[in-house]
Amino acid sequence: MSVSAEPQAAPPVQEHAGEHRDYAGAKLGMWLFIFSELILFGGLFVAYGMYRSMHAHEFHKASGELNLTLGVINTLVLLTSSLTMVLSIVAIRLQRKLQSMFFLAGTMLLGTVFLVNKFFEWMAKFHHGIYPGSEHMMARPPGERLFFGLYFGMTGLHGLHVTIGVVLMSVMLVFLARDRIRHDDFIKLENTGLYWHLVDVIWIFLLPLFYLAA
Amino acid sequence: MSTAVHAPAGEASFYARKGIASWLLTTDHKRISILYLAAMMTFFLVGMTLGVFMRLEQLTMGPTIMKPTTYNALFTLHGVIMIFLFVIPGLAASFGNFFLPIMIGAKDVAFPRLNLLSWYLFMTGATIALSSLFTGSGPPDTGWSFYVPYSVKTGTNVTLAVLGAFTIGFSSILTGLNFITTIHRLRTTGMNWMRMPLFPWALYATSWVQVLATPILGITLLLVVLERVFHLGIFDPSIGGDPILYQHLFWTYSHPAVYIMILPAMGAISEIIPTFAHRTIFGYRAIVLSSMGIAALGSLVWAHHMFTSGMSEFSIIIFSLLTFLVAIPSAIKVFNWVATLYKGSVELRPPMLFALAFVFLFSIGGLTGLFQGALAVNVHIHDTYFIVGHFHYVMFGGTGFAFFAALHYWYPKMFGRMYSERVATVAFVPTFIGFNLLYFTFLVMGLQGMPRRYYDHLPRFHAGHLHATIGSWILVAGLLLMIGNLVRGLFRKATIPANPWGGVTLEWTVPSPPPTENFAVLPVISEPPYTFNPVAKEPA
Repeated sequence: MSVSAEPQAAPPVQEHAGEHRDYAGAKLGMWLFIFSELILFGGLFVAYGMYRSMHAHEFHKASGELNLTLGVINTLVLLTSSLTMVLSIVAIRLQRKLQSMFFLAGTMLLGTVFLVNKFFEWMAKFHHGIYPGSEHMMARPPGERLFFGLYFGMTGLHGLHVTIGVVLMSVMLVFLARDRIRHDDFIKLENTGLYWHLVDVIWIFLLPLFYLAA
Repeated sequence: MSTAVHAPAGEASFYARKGIASWLLTTDHKRISILYLAAMMTFFLVGMTLGVFMRLEQLTMGPTIMKPTTYNALFTLHGVIMIFLFVIPGLAASFGNFFLPIMIGAKDVAFPRLNLLSWYLFMTGATIALSSLFTGSGPPDTGWSFYVPYSVKTGTNVTLAVLGAFTIGFSSILTGLNFITTIHRLRTTGMNWMRMPLFPWALYATSWVQVLATPILGITLLLVVLERVFHLGIFDPSIGGDPILYQHLFWTYSHPAVYIMILPAMGAISEIIPTFAHRTIFGYRAIVLSSMGIAALGSLVWAHHMFTSGMSEFSIIIFSLLTFLVAIPSAIKVFNWVATLYKGSVELRPPMLFALAFVFLFSIGGLTGLFQGALAVNVHIHDTYFIVGHFHYVMFGGTGFAFFAALHYWYPKMFGRMYSERVATVAFVPTFIGFNLLYFTFLVMGLQGMPRRYYDHLPRFHAGHLHATIGSWILVAGLLLMIGNLVRGLFRKATIPANPWGGVTLEWTVPSPPPTENFAVLPVISEPPYTFNPVAKEPA
C-alpha cells in the first residue's frame, strides 16, 4: 500500500508510545477483562446448573442449612458498597478529592465487612463439620456434597475477588491522595469501579442460587 | 510498490539501549516479542528433545531406554511444553507482538506495561510447570489433558503443572485483550478495517478466542487443584461429581485453543504467499471472514473430542455436524492461497518453501480431522496414533511450519541480520521429508490400531515404529540445521534494506531493525493492502 509522509492529522489517541492516554481504549480493555471474568465464573455456573438439575431435591434441602439472614445482610452491604463506589467517582469528577477518598474508603470498609461476615459464616459451617472432604459430608448424599462443594468453591472464588477489589481500592486511595487520579484523569478509578460492580453482580446471582434455593 | 518512508538517518534501532535491565523492564513491544521468541525457542528445543526420547523408546519392542513411568512423564511433559509453552503463545506472542503495531501503523500496543506483565506471567507459569519435574513426587503422568479422575488420584505432581498452565492462561487472556484494544484504538489514519493486512486480522480473531475461551480452562484447572487439595467433589465420582463435566469444560477451551494456535499461523501465511507470488492476495474479504468464521464456529465443536465418552447420541450427532462445518472456512483459506499463486511470479525462497509446506501439511491435517468428525470412523480411530498423527500435522505441520516460515520471513526485519538462504533451503528438505516419514507413519499405524500413549507395541507395529523413529532423526537433523543457520545469521554482520523481499505491508517501510518508535511520522493509508501493481490500484 502506498504511504505518504505528509503530516496529516494523526489519530488523536497517539502521543508518545507508552505515554498516550486513551480513555475509550482503557475502558475497552477493562470490559474485555470483565467478559473473561464472567466466563471464568460461567464454568462454575454451568457445573451448578448441571448438578442442580441432577439432584434438585438434595440441593433444595442443603440450601435450607445456609444462614439466609447473613446472606441478605451481605447482599445489602455489597449493594451499598457499589453505591459508595459510584459516589466516589462522581466526587472526583466534581473535583472533590476528599469526598472521593471518603467514599472510596467507605467502599473498602463495606467490602471488608462482607469478608468478615463471610468468614464467620464459613467458620460456623466448619464447626458443624460442613466442609469438603469431611467425614460428616461424606456421610451425606452426593447431591448435598456437591451443593456444599459448589458453595465453598463459588463463594470462595467470589471472596477472593472481593479481597482483590479491596486491595485494588487501597492502591487507588493512594493514587487519589497523590493526585495521580484527578478530575480530568480518573479512568483508573472508573475501571476499579467497573471491577467492583462485576463482583457485586456475581454475588447477586450467588445469593438466589445458594441461599434462596430452599 | 510503495514509496518507502525511512526514519531520519541516525534514528537508533530498538536494540540501541544496552544492559539486562533495559530488556527485563522494557515496555517496547518489539523487545517483548524478542523475549517471547527466545523463551519459546528454548522450550521448543526441550519439547523436541523429549519427543526424540519417546521415539527412541519405541525403536524396539520391550524396554529400550526407559521405564514405563518415565515414558508416561515424557508424553505428558512433551505435550504440556509444546502446547502451553510453544504453540499457544505461538505466532501471536512472538511475531504478533512485533508486527501487529507496525502493520497497523501504531507506535506500540495499547497497554505496553500489561504486555510486559503478560511475558512475566508466561515465564512464571513456565517456571511453575517445569518445576513440577523436580519437586514433589515426580513429574505428572496424566497426559497434557489432565483428565479426571486420574489427575485427581495420581500421586505425581499434577497440582504444580496445572497451576503453571493456569498462569500461562492468564498471560494469554491479557495478551488477547491487549491486541483487541490495540486493533480497535490504534489503527493509523486511513487504516480502516478492510485495509488492515491479514496477519492483524488473524490476530484479531485469535484474541477474541483467547479472551472468551481461556477463562474456561482457568476455572477447570483451578477446580482440579481444589479437587486435589480440598476434595471439593465437582469432578470426583467417588464424591458425587461427574468426570464427563471435566471433559466438557476442558475441551470448551482446548478445542478453541487449537484455533488460537492455528489462526495466527494462517495469518502469517497470508502475508508470505502474496509477497513471494508478487501478486495481491486472492479473496481478501473471504480470508477475513473465514478467520472470524473459524473463531466463531471453532467455539462450538468441542465435544468432538468426546464421541466415545458416553455422552448422549443426540449431542454427538450435532457436534459431528458442527465439526464438518468448521472445515469450510479452513478450506476457503487453502483455496485462496492456492489461487493467489495462480499466474503469480512465484519465488521459491526459504520463507515461501516453509509456507507452501504449511499449505500441504495443513491440508493433510485438516482432511484427517474430517475422518474423526465422522461418527463411525471416530470409534475406530479414537485414541490411536491416527489422532497423534492428525494433530501433529495440524500443530507442527501447520503452526510449527508457519512459525518457521514467519521466522525466515521476518528475520531480517526483526534482527537487521540475514541467515544463509542456501543453508535454509537445504535444511528445509530433511525437515519436510522427516516430518512426513514420522507423522504419516503415525496415521497408517493408527488406522491399523496402534493405541496412543502406550509404552510398548505389538510385533506387527514394529516396522511402523521403526520408520517413524528414523523419520524423527531426519526431522531433528533438519530442524537443528535450520536453527543453527538462524543463530549463525545473528552473528553475521550485514546491512539489511528496509524491504528485502519486496513486501508491501507497513513493516517493510520502516528500517531493519525498526527504531524504538517504529515510525518517524505515522503513515497515512489510502488503499487496500497487497496492492502490488500500481496500474491495478483501486480508487481510494
